[in-house]
Amino acid sequence: MPRLGADMTAGKVVKWLKQPGERIQRGDVIAIVETDKANVDVESFIAGVLEKILVEPGDERLPVGTPLALIRAEGAAEPVAPAAPVAAARAVTPAPIPSAAIPLAAVPAAVVPPAPGERARISPAARKRALELRLDAAALTGTGPEGRVTLADVERAAQAGQAAPATQVAPTAQAAPAARAEPSPADAAAARQLRMREAIANSMSRSKREIPHYYLACTIDMGRAMAWLAERNAGRAVTDRLIYAVLLIKAAALALREVPELNGFWIDNRAQQSEAIHAGIAISLRGGGLVAPALHHADQRSLDDLMRGFQDLVKRARAWSLKSSEMADPTVTITSLGDRGVESVFGIITPPQLALVGFGTPLERPWVVGGQVVPRPLLTATLSGDHRATDGHRGALFLAAVDRLLQQPEAL
Amino acid sequence: MTEDEIRVRVIKTLSGIVPELDPGQLKPAVSLRDQLDVDSMDFLNFLIALHGEFGVDVPEADAPKLGTIDACVGYLAQALRQRAQA
Repeated sequence: MPRLGADMTAGKVVKWLKQPGERIQRGDVIAIVETDKANVDVESFIAGVLEKILVEPGDERLPVGTPLALIRAEGAAEPVAPAAPVAAARAVTPAPIPSAAIPLAAVPAAVVPPAPGERARISPAARKRALELRLDAAALTGTGPEGRVTLADVERAAQAGQAAPATQVAPTAQAAPAARAEPSPADAAAARQLRMREAIANSMSRSKREIPHYYLACTIDMGRAMAWLAERNAGRAVTDRLIYAVLLIKAAALALREVPELNGFWIDNRAQQSEAIHAGIAISLRGGGLVAPALHHADQRSLDDLMRGFQDLVKRARAWSLKSSEMADPTVTITSLGDRGVESVFGIITPPQLALVGFGTPLERPWVVGGQVVPRPLLTATLSGDHRATDGHRGALFLAAVDRLLQQPEAL
Repeated sequence: MTEDEIRVRVIKTLSGIVPELDPGQLKPAVSLRDQLDVDSMDFLNFLIALHGEFGVDVPEADAPKLGTIDACVGYLAQALRQRAQA
């Protein structure tokens, strides 16, 4: 079970799209996994042959790290013996993700089964109960034979609040899986809502607990950008238009090249910059909740290409259908709350990212240009930065760069 | 195409953008933005989908005229009539 986003702890296999014996190219979608935030197309990060499916689709929520399938890597001479899952997984692990500097992706726990010893350390009943209670089974103290975690251990831990319960699950949520009746679509949607709120609660609480945020804001005159956009869109077919948010995304991505220490992750008590700039775009879901999947390489793409990518992302996010790379890859988050007239947003950083960029609505306001007060569309851009990794001065340089870039929209 | 046929196809097109849409609950004269929480990106996607469904390209300046189901039906009916006459 791959970790599809920093806040994911478990997921369900909805469907396999490849069958045992099939050849798989890197990037092929092999399965659909339901997380708290979306149905995610899980892409293979290696090429090879699907040797064996270990988990059938079903209702069980499996913790991140649970092996789902064995893939024989391309060129691996020995077919994978089912008795040697660990060896098989090793054959599979090389070349996991393009850049080792991206730690989220470097959780290729995706296909690595735990060592056989680890597996046996908890009884099936205890494992099931721990899952229901959202306890991290690996962190439990076992009192059974050979330190095995028993059902009683799980219950005790739950009462004591041990093993960092991932969430305080509402009683209704626990009751639901026990009932086992086919949930109605409305119930399923409600359950999904509940899990999404939990995922957001965990991620945001962790952020506020661990990340010393600093916040900066600057006012940007969007006059040139909006005029350029209006001129560009006039006369273009509806399929070919841009919305101003795309200019903001591109400007922010280019500015991150200039201040790269805002782009990456805080891992193991230090900042790890990412060379690639994958903008996590906060997309609100109707009915509540949000998700911030990646627009990959946002700094390198044309505005038209970004627009198509953005449109596609919004459509799929709202249909609960995203790709694993989109969920796992963002190196920074960009949120634009402009659609409803919000002037500024001081966001909470998505751990373990280092920064969040926020944009409000461009609003017509009096502004002084050349000693004259003139009406201009003004937009407030904000930065939430992790003070462990960067200081306000660097953050200020970033916002200044965003402003500068937006004054030359034709160059974006 | 009658207005009723246009209406059915408009609602079908909208449900492609708003999958949880319940056609029975839809109020034809209330703005889509207010009743369905449709944002600017959804709305653009809706216009694109209408273009695919009806072959009518809505100029940017006309976009605000398609804020409700009733308004969409009226606008499209007129556009289709004009096209038939041309």
